[in-house]
Amino acid sequence: MSGLANPCPETQMSDAAPRRTPLYAAHVALGARLVPFAGYDMPVQYPAGILTEHNWTRASAGLFDVSHMGQCLVDGPDFETVARAMERLVPADVLGLAPHQQRYSQLLAEDGGILDDLMITRSGQEGSLYVVVNAARKEHDFAWITRHLPRGIALRRADGLALLALQGPKAEDVLANFAPEVRGLKFMHYGALRLAGIEAQVSRSGYTGEDGFEISVAENDVVGLWNLLLADPAVKPVGLGARDSLRLEAGLCLYGHDIDETTSPVEAGLVWSIGKRRRSEGGFIGETRVLRELKSGVSRKRVGLKPEGRAPAREGTAIIDLAGRPIGKVTSGGFGPTVNGPVAMGYVAAGSSVPGTKVNLIVRDKPLATTVVSLPFVANTFKR
Amino acid sequence: MTVKYSKDHEWVKVDGDTATIGITEHAQEQLGDVVFVELPAVGKKVKKGGDAAVVESVKAASEVYAPVSGEVIAVNKELEGDPGLVNRGAEGDGWFMKVKLADRNELVELMDKAAYDKFVAG
Repeated sequence: MSGLANPCPETQMSDAAPRRTPLYAAHVALGARLVPFAGYDMPVQYPAGILTEHNWTRASAGLFDVSHMGQCLVDGPDFETVARAMERLVPADVLGLAPHQQRYSQLLAEDGGILDDLMITRSGQEGSLYVVVNAARKEHDFAWITRHLPRGIALRRADGLALLALQGPKAEDVLANFAPEVRGLKFMHYGALRLAGIEAQVSRSGYTGEDGFEISVAENDVVGLWNLLLADPAVKPVGLGARDSLRLEAGLCLYGHDIDETTSPVEAGLVWSIGKRRRSEGGFIGETRVLRELKSGVSRKRVGLKPEGRAPAREGTAIIDLAGRPIGKVTSGGFGPTVNGPVAMGYVAAGSSVPGTKVNLIVRDKPLATTVVSLPFVANTFKR
Repeated sequence: MTVKYSKDHEWVKVDGDTATIGITEHAQEQLGDVVFVELPAVGKKVKKGGDAAVVESVKAASEVYAPVSGEVIAVNKELEGDPGLVNRGAEGDGWFMKVKLADRNELVELMDKAAYDKFVAG
């Protein structure tokens, strides 16, 4: 059979020796299967396997090591000055962030393509934004942001920080054992908390569609916190494999797949993340295309795709309409354990993007009957 | 009854001129959770080394090659509703297909269990 050598096709091989997060030894000790991902050796799954890890996260609480992601601070004299500088780089309403509030946005190229997606938080420290970018893009992003910041505002890498995600319906109860105030934390908000003596910046956010938290701590503290959280019987470790199936069911984009330098936030269905004021005022890199598309529409759109039957359709699969005309491609696709069937997303011609539209996916040279559906596949359970 | 193994991680159990084919325990372990198996139509002629079936894990699709040539005389219908059977019993209840052997000489080129285990250990 084929494909055994590399069972994880999105992993990126490079000549450089893979880097390790501070939890590398902990993953090995747990029996994780490690694969190269974005320049790091990362756990794709633990012995329980992807299906079990996925289902555990939906039913209880999954613990993810996401320390490979890029954390940084953008510092300036005061919040307004820093927010205005950041608004040059992203279409989100940064200025409108309340203290401790967080927003999802995208770094845009001059032509309106997406350079990366990211989270921006107004930190408790006046004049400081806390920013998290994708692992594979962090060198690019840090250089890009630095280059576009005005004098007096600087990006400070936070390479000494690790990042955990605790996701699932029991995540709140687990964290509340250490810091009861997490119960008061709202979705897309963050707080500085002490978890069993460990200083942590905790945000109520994630990449699974479940309620949950992302927890930023000093590298030196992360092994202790990881073990502390895993000691709770409600918590099990979850690898990148289930992280991918969870976010796909939640309809969330994976950079380099569902969004990239060729796609715009409007085509990608991310208009909700563009601030209302920004739509009228503009003032961000890439605004020409984004504002034009907001006004005149787009020729293709990101949609959910639900194939009939059991066969998954993978990234790159061609999408044709019922007349046999090519109308797009699958950008993420696989098996959704919660849906208990195949799920995918991709771009289709705008005329075929209405939910309910019947299309065909070409899987192994045969048409696979598929319906365009609205995302997500699994309703989110965020605590707003 | 002899069991032989291919370098592509398929096994063949031969009983008279009927060969039962599946993927090895090592292969299922490497794949992880199997979520879909596409089996050939009964009556299809498969060729040694050619595509015979597809097995999909959560992460990826893999082709299963025919370790021997012959006509497919049966497929494991259980795998349609319960693809996880491949994980639970790769070299037993998780078999893929039965083939009427076209050429017994092809078996000579396959490995026995000891040779396959050594091959996997690398």
